[in-house]
Amino acid sequence: MFGLDKRDTSLLMIVAVLTLFAPFILNPFPTGSGLAQFNAGYPDLMQRFVIFGIFAIGFNILFGLTGYLSFGHAAFLGVGSYSAVWMFKLLSMNVLPAILLSVIISGLFALVIGYISLRRSGIYFSILTLAFAQMSFSLAYSVLTPITNGETGLQLTLDDPRVLGVTATADGSIPVTNLFGLEMRGTYEMVVGPWAFQFNMGYYLCALVLIAAFYLAIRIFRSPFGMMLRAVKSNQQRMNYTGLNSKPYTLAAFVISGMYAGLAGGLMASMDPLAGAERMQWTASGEVVLMTILGGAGTLIGPVLGAGFIKYFENIFSKINDNVLHGWFAILPDGLEDFIVFVVHPFIGKGWHLTLGILFMLVVIYLPGGLVEGGQRIAGWVRGNKKPDAPQSETKPAE
Amino acid sequence: MSKLDVSRRGLLRTGAVTGAGLALPTIFTAQSASAFTNDPTGGTVTLGFNVPQTGPYADEGADELRAYELAVDHLNGEGDGGMLNSFSSKALQGNGILGKKVEYVTGDTQTKSDAARASAKSMIEKDGAIMISGGSSSGVAIAVQGLCQEAGVIFMAGLTHSNDTTGKDKKANGFRHFFNAYMSGAALAPVLKNLYGDDRKAYHLTADYTWGWTQEESIKAATEALGWETVNTVKTPLAATDFSSYIAPVLNSGADVLILNHYGGNMVNSLTNAVQFGLREKEVNGKNFEIVVPLYSRLMAKGAGANVKGIHGSTNWHWSLQDEGSKAFVRSFGTKYGFPPSQAAHTCYVQTLLYADAVQRAGSFNPCAVGEALEGFEFDGMGNGKTLYRADDHQCFKDVLVVRGKENPTSEFDLLEVVEVTPREQVEYAPDHPMFAGGQLGSCNPGA
Repeated sequence: MFGLDKRDTSLLMIVAVLTLFAPFILNPFPTGSGLAQFNAGYPDLMQRFVIFGIFAIGFNILFGLTGYLSFGHAAFLGVGSYSAVWMFKLLSMNVLPAILLSVIISGLFALVIGYISLRRSGIYFSILTLAFAQMSFSLAYSVLTPITNGETGLQLTLDDPRVLGVTATADGSIPVTNLFGLEMRGTYEMVVGPWAFQFNMGYYLCALVLIAAFYLAIRIFRSPFGMMLRAVKSNQQRMNYTGLNSKPYTLAAFVISGMYAGLAGGLMASMDPLAGAERMQWTASGEVVLMTILGGAGTLIGPVLGAGFIKYFENIFSKINDNVLHGWFAILPDGLEDFIVFVVHPFIGKGWHLTLGILFMLVVIYLPGGLVEGGQRIAGWVRGNKKPDAPQSETKPAE
Repeated sequence: MSKLDVSRRGLLRTGAVTGAGLALPTIFTAQSASAFTNDPTGGTVTLGFNVPQTGPYADEGADELRAYELAVDHLNGEGDGGMLNSFSSKALQGNGILGKKVEYVTGDTQTKSDAARASAKSMIEKDGAIMISGGSSSGVAIAVQGLCQEAGVIFMAGLTHSNDTTGKDKKANGFRHFFNAYMSGAALAPVLKNLYGDDRKAYHLTADYTWGWTQEESIKAATEALGWETVNTVKTPLAATDFSSYIAPVLNSGADVLILNHYGGNMVNSLTNAVQFGLREKEVNGKNFEIVVPLYSRLMAKGAGANVKGIHGSTNWHWSLQDEGSKAFVRSFGTKYGFPPSQAAHTCYVQTLLYADAVQRAGSFNPCAVGEALEGFEFDGMGNGKTLYRADDHQCFKDVLVVRGKENPTSEFDLLEVVEVTPREQVEYAPDHPMFAGGQLGSCNPGA
């Protein structure tokens, strides 16, 4: 279907099913039970899963295919967010023009940065992109405050013009983001027995965009263009010697991946109309690198899994506090309870970074192909053959 | 390699999928019946405490969290009741809020607007929090305040000192108990005049972001009104850790007072650098060189060590105050945790009680009813004397403390001494003061 072979079609179908049924899949525990803490099926986090999934897919087009490790991809995400919020301030609260503008602006921005950075490869390229991203961050944080509102972040106000919309609603509040009248924050709650599933309009918009973005990524991976990018990764020098100029290809990949990041930024602003400078900080750029590597660089679905994994830790583990722990282990005798809480304490709440770091190390050491390799190994065991078949998880960094 | 052939069956299938996708949004048109977001229906009510647990303000965040836990204990009738005994409003019974037991969820803001909003959203969407409180930086507080306005819950700001929180970014659902940069300036100016005279030349080093600017603007206006001259104002990047290159030019500028508009780790580093450069032993224009830190906190004083001795600044509250409310709070906090609370802890504790009291008096958790109960509310016994929650901008007006780094600290907590309690009238300003103009409260949003 859609011009894909059978294997890719089933992959796309899996992604589609996972995203469309996420409200069920991510809410396995009944509301009110002790395990409800681990439920991730609330609109904001689901939106984040999907948006960072898009971001990581785009990053993977550059890193996974060409091997160029960009350390400044968050800059495009930030530029996309700022463009979208400005669109909400000036034009209307419809998300469509905002998302379009954010993709276009970040594409242009990527063209400029890519043109300069791609003069070098390897570590020099990474450093150049990092420098540009930090520069954008500093500019957004203080120098360009009239455009970005600095540290506070760009927000909507009651006196924005909004030429095609209303400045303020009848009851004196800021209008909400919508798609031709469908409010992004609109949520339908379905109660089935002890479970409560939330279906959010904004989430489904993001989900549809993710499926489209994933489809586009598959097409790029399987196209002659994708083959050319892989060639860049395996031996760029040899390509140059044969008289082929690889730069247009890498630049195109860079711009495409920048546009993906801008799309993610635009969606993020559409779900929550605020754009902050921290979105461009180097930690944010590092995060998408982690997502891609954790999930499996160069694989199609890996980055999406990695994005979900990291966002899950950030949002769920950071919210477990000692109080919750005591609740869980309340049945144990007092001394033992306190001991277990004491042992677990460093890994939850503010220690979520630590847990994530340990997991990341384990994955990189034992599963160099990321979560995708883990999945393949398990599948291999189930099928009974010891050797995993990993036709598309070549994850050697290029140099 | 890529092919696109359309078969009849494929087309039908694609059409069906697309149709289902397009029809999906119609299920969202149904809305729930409740009158406001997260109406607590069971026997409990959930509050969301959103503080920085990692990043530069993690110390403040940890102290705020302790204060919240203490406040929840007291609301539920556990512990010794703390400030509930000295609070002028007696609506709270120690049986939760409106008879519902208070529960809470916590989150990490990481001192980033995005992370803070994500965390606050999960509290609202997943945990059903009816009120969000916290924040240890103005940027984050403003971002979360905006979110709460959209989501239709009340935001009780924690430590946020920028004029903008209740100035150009004020929101109908947001309330601030902490003082602000303007008040710091107004409180400090007379003290500085008495100490250093009225013909000083000031040099500002300012953290280059919203809070720094509003503070510089406020202090500059207040000191220039005294007759001081502002020699220069220099912005320093927030991430800076070494301020030597900014301190050196001060020596040759002809200035005789250095004003550090820095907070947290920034202030610790810039003050240390300034002292290392021997600024305090200098004599300029025949006067002793002085350093002023407009926003002080005990945690910062601890970080800067002996360098804070004799340096003046302002603070919202200090644990050594001797009124009934402060004593009660310090006692219960000390009993539970073994050391005195910081000003961040105090403001968070008070905010939680004020919210609970407002709900109790309003008889409803509806944000609009709660907002009405808080607007224009006058109270006492919370450690700052008579206090007013002004209806025009949701800012608390109360006495402001001018403090000085103690020369001979008796313990690691006894670092600051109160020089003067500036009365409320002196720090009040009109709601349309130019430093606060430009924003609108809008109307309260109950969500749903």
